[in-house]
Amino acid sequence: MLVKEIIDKLELEVLNLADGEREVSGGYTGDLLSWVMGRAESHMMWVTIMTNVNILAVASLRDLPAVLIAEDAEIAPEIVAKAAEQEINLLRSPKSAYALCVGLGQLLA
Amino acid sequence: MTADVLKYHFTVVGGDFTSAGKASVNVKKLLRQLGIAPDIIRRVAIAMYEGEINMVIHANGGTADLEIYPDSIVIILADSGPGIPDIDQAMQEGFSTAPDNIRSLGFGAGMGLPNMKRYTDEMKIDTEVGVGTTVTMTIRL
Ligand SMILES: Nc1ncnc2c1ncn2[C@@H]1O[C@H](COP(=O)(O)OP(=O)(O)OP(=O)(O)O)[C@@H](O)[C@H]1O
Ligand SMILES: [Mg+2]
Repeated sequence: MLVKEIIDKLELEVLNLADGEREVSGGYTGDLLSWVMGRAESHMMWVTIMTNVNILAVASLRDLPAVLIAEDAEIAPEIVAKAAEQEINLLRSPKSAYALCVGLGQLLA
Repeated sequence: MTADVLKYHFTVVGGDFTSAGKASVNVKKLLRQLGIAPDIIRRVAIAMYEGEINMVIHANGGTADLEIYPDSIVIILADSGPGIPDIDQAMQEGFSTAPDNIRSLGFGAGMGLPNMKRYTDEMKIDTEVGVGTTVTMTIRL
């Protein structure tokens, strides 16, 4: 399913949309960066509550189709600006990581 | 002739988490321009990022060198940090000496070195306590 369709269906807040046409066929959740770095794949939407700048490096190096910030975790405007610069899809939702993964799982089932 | 080897050199600044990963992101772009296969780029990027972050966190920075040969890519990360007293222990998944303030940034899972090993064909650690650490990783093309 495309990132833009997931945004619609899960009613996600768009912090930065670089490419809504990226295909998502799975998900990964976790907040420990080396874990995500080692395990996430480039077709997976990453659900996390981490919002510091290092999430952008991970998303970019792993070519993740989108980073979805759970629980409306606060994110600094500089980081959103950097996501735009690095062309990373950055989304957010008030729902928990669990609820988001369940939602995503239902969409992709 | 040196025409069949390409060399790139990067400086990694210690303690700077806002630009940490920069060398890896640059290398990724570079390899893409050179037309290297996506799967190889992915492995180089992961291994180099983890090594770069380790130098930022544990060793107050260092240097990263990338050498591209016709049949392999070699990444050399060298620092003058504290060294690693027990390599076997450091290589274990979950082992980390990262302090709390660094853990709150999402580092310190103790997965960096295992990732580096897993995504490269060869990894060698030369380290001496109080002198520094050099990690050499090879990915075959
Ligand atoms: N360049 C280095 N200089 C000194 N010590 C190091 C260096 N690289 C790794 N270490 C030691 O090895 C341990 C394990 O490293 P590893 O990269 O696997 O985990 P980490 O950096 O602690 O956490 P993570 O990489 O998951 O964020 C570190 O906690 C540190 O004690
Ligand atoms: Mg590490």
